[in-house]
This record gives sequence, C-alpha cells and structure tokens, in this order.
Amino acid sequence: MIDQVEVNQQLMFDGESDEKQFLTFMMHDEEYGMDILAVQEIRGWEPVTTIPNSPNFVRGAMNLRGTIVPIIDLRMRFGINAIEYGPLTVVIVVSVKIKEQQKIMGLVVDAVSDVYSIAEEKAKDVPDFQDSDNAYFVHGLVNVGQKMVVLLNLEKVLDLSDKSGLKG
Amino acid sequence: MSIDLSQFFDVFFEESFEGLDAMEAELLNLEPGTEDSETINTIFRAAHSIKGGSGTFGFVSVSDFTHVLETLLDQIRDGQRVLTAEHVNLLLKSVDCVRGLLSALQAEEEPDLSESNELKARFEAILGDESPEVVEAEHSETVSEALQSTTYQIDFKPESHLFKTGNEPLYMFSELAELGELEVNVFHDGLPEFLEFDPEDCFLHWRFFLTTTREEQAISEIFEWVEDDAEIKIEACGGLFEDESPTVQQASVPEPSVSSNADNLETVQQPPAQSENATNNEQNQQAEESLAAVQKKVESVKSNKAESRKSTDSAATSIRVGIDKVDSLINMVGELVITQAMLSQIGDQDITESSIAALQEGLTQLAHNTRDLQENVMRIRMLPISFVFSRFPRLVRDTSQKLKKQVELKLVGEQTELDKTVMEKLSDPMVHLVRNSLDHGLETPEERIANGKNPVGTVTLNAFHQGGNIVIEIMDDGKGLDTEKIRSKAIANGLINESDELSAEEINELIFMPGFSTADSVSDISGRGVGMDVVRRNIQALNGSVEVTSKQGVGSTFTIRLPLTLAILDGQLVQVATHTYIIPLISIVESLQIDITKVSKVGKGLEVLRLRDEYIPILRLYDIFSHQGAREELDKTLLVVVESDNYKIGLLVDDLLAQQQVVIKSLEANYQKVDGISGATILGDGTVSLIIDISGLIKLSGLRRPGSTELLVDLKGEEAEPA
Repeated sequence: MIDQVEVNQQLMFDGESDEKQFLTFMMHDEEYGMDILAVQEIRGWEPVTTIPNSPNFVRGAMNLRGTIVPIIDLRMRFGINAIEYGPLTVVIVVSVKIKEQQKIMGLVVDAVSDVYSIAEEKAKDVPDFQDSDNAYFVHGLVNVGQKMVVLLNLEKVLDLSDKSGLKG
Repeated sequence: MSIDLSQFFDVFFEESFEGLDAMEAELLNLEPGTEDSETINTIFRAAHSIKGGSGTFGFVSVSDFTHVLETLLDQIRDGQRVLTAEHVNLLLKSVDCVRGLLSALQAEEEPDLSESNELKARFEAILGDESPEVVEAEHSETVSEALQSTTYQIDFKPESHLFKTGNEPLYMFSELAELGELEVNVFHDGLPEFLEFDPEDCFLHWRFFLTTTREEQAISEIFEWVEDDAEIKIEACGGLFEDESPTVQQASVPEPSVSSNADNLETVQQPPAQSENATNNEQNQQAEESLAAVQKKVESVKSNKAESRKSTDSAATSIRVGIDKVDSLINMVGELVITQAMLSQIGDQDITESSIAALQEGLTQLAHNTRDLQENVMRIRMLPISFVFSRFPRLVRDTSQKLKKQVELKLVGEQTELDKTVMEKLSDPMVHLVRNSLDHGLETPEERIANGKNPVGTVTLNAFHQGGNIVIEIMDDGKGLDTEKIRSKAIANGLINESDELSAEEINELIFMPGFSTADSVSDISGRGVGMDVVRRNIQALNGSVEVTSKQGVGSTFTIRLPLTLAILDGQLVQVATHTYIIPLISIVESLQIDITKVSKVGKGLEVLRLRDEYIPILRLYDIFSHQGAREELDKTLLVVVESDNYKIGLLVDDLLAQQQVVIKSLEANYQKVDGISGATILGDGTVSLIIDISGLIKLSGLRRPGSTELLVDLKGEEAEPA
C-alpha cells in the first residue's frame, strides 16, 4: 500500500513538470547536486568506527538508529585534498540501489547548499575531459543562474567495488 | 454479499503443504504388505483436507486431482484394494504434483496441468482396470460380507447455519451417490414464509436410502465434517448389518499371491519402476511411463523455478510456536512489568540511601528479566532439526532407486533445536552432502558384497549440541575418499604442485576447493561442477564450518558445525589502539600475559609462543588491521588465544574490556564484505564495534595456505607462504 502511495506521489510530481529536484552541496568551492529523492537525511559529522583495511575514502561505520551505515568522504573519493572537519561539515545519508541492492550510505561533504528544480533535459553532457577520472562519476552539468552545478551519478560514486572510477 | 476468500489462502497453502509433508512421511513408512490402517487413515485425512480446502477456494485443478487420489486411498483403507509398490510410487509422485500445483497457485500463476492429468489418467486406469469388486472376489474369504448389499436409511437434518460453516450438502450427496444406489427424499416442511426467508440459512432436511456394498463407516465419513452441525442418523434397514471394524482390518492384510496385485508386493525391492511394470502391467502402461519421463524432464525446469521461488517465499512465512513457549514469554513479560512498576515507584520517591539500594536491586532484576526474555524470544525461532531431516527419507529413497543402490537412512537427534534462519540455509548444503554420499560414497550392492560388507549401505544423519554450536554429521559406510584420485585431480587442475607433499587430511580438504569434482561422469545426481566449495561457502556464510574425515573402504563423515543462532553472540570486547573490537567468546580458549622468554621467531618474523605443549602463532591485531598507536611490546600487551577450525592462534591486543552479549548487525548490507570481520554491533554507548572473524583473520594474515589444514608454523610450510 505504502509503496503505491509513494509511486503515485512521484508520478504526480513528474506529471506536473519535467523538473527534478536536486540537493546541492559544496565541496572545494564547487557545487555538486544529487537527486533529492535519494537523500534520506542530513546529519552533522560525528566520529565513526574505522573499518580496517578499507580504502581511505571510507571513513568508517556509523550507527544510524540500529543500522550500520558506512561513511564515505566525498573529497577523498574524488581525490580532492582532505580538510579538517568543521562545524559545517555534514553527512548526507542517501539510499541508493547498487547492483540490485538497496544500500544506505553516508557522504561527508563540506556543507549543504540549496535545493534546485532542474529540468533534466537542461543538463548538459559532460565535456570530454578524459584527463580526469572524475568524469566517470558525473551525470551531467547544469547552469543555475551564474553558477555551474555538477550533477553526480550516485550509483557510480557509491559502487565501491567498481574499480573503473578513481581509486581512493 | 461475498466474502473475500483470498484472505484465507495463506493459511490454506500453509496447511496444505504441511498436509503434503505428512502424506509424504507416512507414505515412506508405508511399505506394501506391512501397512496399517492408521497410517493409511493419516494419508487419507491429509488428502481429504487438501481436497476440501481447494474445493472451497475454487482451486478445481487441485480438488479434482486429489479426488481420484482419495478414491484410491479410500479403497485401500476399506480393504477393497491391496496396496502395491506401484500405488506408493504413484502416490508419492502425486504428492509432488499437488505440491507443484499449489506452489503455482500460491504464486498466482496458471498451474501446469499436464503432469496432474497424466497422473490422474493413471489413477483412473488403476481404479477402472482392476475394479475393486474383482479384487474383493479374490479375497472372498475376508471381505465377503462387504460384498453383500445393504440398504441404509440415512436421516440428515442440518442445523440452519450449515451453509455458514462452508459446507455444501450437494457435494456430500454426490459423494453418497458414488457409494451405491441412492434414493433422496427432501423435506421442505421447515421452509418459512417467503418474507422471513433468509437465503443463508438451511431449512431443508433429507432422508436417503442408500443401497451399497460399503460399510456404514464409509457413509459416516462423508458426513464427518458436518457431524457437529447436523443430526445424522444412519441405520441399516435391509440386508445384513455387520460390525465393520474387524472386517476392515482383516481385509487390509491380504494373503499374498492371491491376486495379480500381490505380485507387486514381491517386487518392492526392485528399485526401477520400469521393471515392475514390465512384469506386471500391460505394455501400454510402460509406454505411458516413458512418456511421463519425457514430460517430466521438460517440466523439471519449470518446477525447479517454482520450487526455488517457494524457498525464497518461505523465508517470509510464519512459524508455528508451541503454546508453552508463548506462555513462558507471557510470564516473563509479566515479571518485566512488575520490575518496571517497582523501578518507577522508586523513581517517584525522593532519593535516599535506602532507595538507592532498592534501585540497584531493581536494576539487577531488570537485567535478569531482560536476559530471560531475550533467551525466550530467541527460542521462538528455534525449531527441531527434523524439519530439515524429514526431507531426506524421500530424497534417499528416490536417489537410491535411481542409482540402484540399497541404502538405509538413519536419523539421530532429530529433536535438536536450531534457529529457523540457519535451518533454511542449511537445507541445500545438506542435500548436496547427502547426495554426494549416496552417489560417490556408497558402493553398489555387488561391490559391497565383494568387499565383504552388508549389501545395504547406511547413511546416518546425526545432530547434537556441543557448547554453543550445533553439530551435524553426515556419515556413510561407503568406500571413503580416494586420496590418490583427489591428489591427481588436484594436480591436473593446478591446485597443488606435483612436488607438494600433503597429508591425507590435507588432500581430503582439497575437495572443498572451487571447481573440484572427482565424479568420473557428470550424473543427474551430483558432479555438476557446483561442488563442495559451494557447500563450504554456504556454511561459512552462516559462521559455521564443514570438515571431512574419511577412511578408505570404511566410509566418510562430513561434520557441519554451526552457531545456534545468527542474531546474538557472547562477545569479549578488546582494545586495539583506540579501537574496540569484539571476539566471539566461544572461540576464546584463554587470555594471558605473554612470557617473553617463551616467544621465538620462526621464518620471516613470525612469532610463536610456546604454551605448555603447543606452539601458538602470534598475530598482532593492530598490524593486520593497520592501526597506528597500539602497544607493540609483547610484555605490555595481552594475548587472546582463540581456536578456529581446530587450530589455535594468539591475537595480540592492548587490553581486555567487558564481556557482553551483542546483537549481530550486518556490515555487508550497506557496505561490503570486510576480510577478518564477520559483522558489526552497537555498543551500549551507541558506537559501532566490529566483530572479528577468526578464520577470516587467519586467512588474511597469510598464516594458512589455501587448501591446507596445517598452519604454516613449521619451516617446511614457511617457504610456501604467500608474500
């Protein structure tokens, strides 16, 4: 029953306009966006339990109301130099389907920014920047006012077993 | 006004599957010539319930099919027909068939009727060809009375609420009519004025005159379901009235060699169904048989699908819990409530010295209650392992017939309890192991006689508790593992080098390597390349282990060790640098301070502690987990000696913390498998702590060569240690 309702809401939403909502966040003075439907909650940074021998972008595991959730530092995932976590540092908890499995993960980013409604067809393809491994994680680029927002492909960002992206 | 029957479907399916299981078990007990009427009655009742239920819910395919099945059973029960091996085989097949039909219906798919139609045709052939009367005539001595037609007067006066109980008198009447000549008189004097007429009430009653050769019992059984809702009077008014029960019992134990059916009795020991038919039945029956075989093959793919779906579904279905378990839970919740009341009373008062003592006492009691409650809740999930074992008699029967081997299956410790989740996942590996034992382990009767063994091989399934584990042994008295063959095969597959010197145990261990199968030919039963490695992986996924011991010519034993439950674990918290890990208490042998004079270095820096008569390799946890800032000096740290797969290692930790029960959470669910870690848990302060997987840790540290059971402590093995 509940599933149905959710689907309907989504249909309604899609029916009203072709626009999708994106949550954007800041990282290294760049603005990135992700599909807001994937976002479960936003939390402040708390110390986590280290997972031994994990890639360096995996900060550890956190207790999210009884569920063990891995926390991923997005800066390190993208190979951007790490900074000290401050009061603005947040963890965006997302639920993403990776290889047929729904997984809940936390992403550490510098700060959350805004929510935009963006028509999907406005998103431009990624320019061919072959020199950057990060292009692999990018779903598209979009202009909001004067700013450019990088829309992420969360499935690829969070598929840790996928070695074709950047190695941590 | 209609009732949504679909709300009862789940219950119906569950009960029907249970009924089928019961039928199957009883059928296997039922060897021709030795049947007792109680067993047949049980089978009949199960079939009857399924038929009744499926009729009510409109599953015509099932009710039609079970009807013929029931007719045959009815005749056997009444002693009109002698049970033959063919009947048993056919009935077993129909159990499968009904199960298939029901699974399809449960999955809301169109059931595949070809198999049921074909089986139905065979039942009808049996029912038609050898009409019961012929058999009876041949047993004239015992059943002559039954042949006498008797006329019964039956008064049937249902209560007005008959229809509401889901009974349809029309069905009963048509069943009555099948017994013999039926005269029906209906009395409608009870009918009210039209305006007062309630269509849901029954106002009619009937009087029947039934002339039949059957017993009164047969009639009363038709009314079995409405006994409580109607006045039923059955009286013999013409012909002889017999006390029927002794007759039936005599009839069901016929003298062999009287009828053609009796010939079947003697062929029970001949496994393949074809030979039976060839000797007993007409050739067209044989043709049918082979047709059936072809069809079966075509359909096996489909039915496999249905079965696999069923197994995934079953994970979500209900379990039956003994009322005593529920009662004790209720008691415990009662105690918990009392404790809670006591604590809140203390909380309402001003805190004084004496109330603090009471508070502490209350908290102790609360801890006690919680633990009891937890144990009892866990016990709800525990089911006797007979749920898994019960499928093996059938499997062994079918497989041994196919392999032309004679096998006796012994089940020991069926009442050993095990967590339901573990049980579900245990089933497939066990089937695999039992099939292996039958196919590869046991020899053919000829070989066994030649080796001076009893031609009948034995496979024993034994389950028992050992510490916090459940141990399941699958033993056969067959030829054992052929170490030479395994060795040469492993060399051919590149698993080991020609020069490797392996002990017999190490060689036996090789069968658990991926892609290893010694089956000379790929048979229907085993050797399809999916091998023991899958078995081992499945069992390891349950935190268990599987081992093999074997003696050539004497037999082999597979031992599965599993934790009783997957959800909770007694853990020892240890500190490594700033991190807290949990070591399963069950694997800890002892914890000690290291006497550095007894530590020596072996090979490439591997440290070994001499502990009494053993050498314990020391694993530095901080090293394996790459943690900075841990204590490194051996004399300032503690060594936790743990045992896994019969080998002991020492884990170097900074400190021992508390011991506590932890609830196991999956790390894999949202992340991925981490080597050396079996799961995670949440500690009292809300932080996450990781649970150490000892055997994974050994592998991670490179202490153990894959395929070898020996730890690489001795220098010989050291050279082969992977860098």
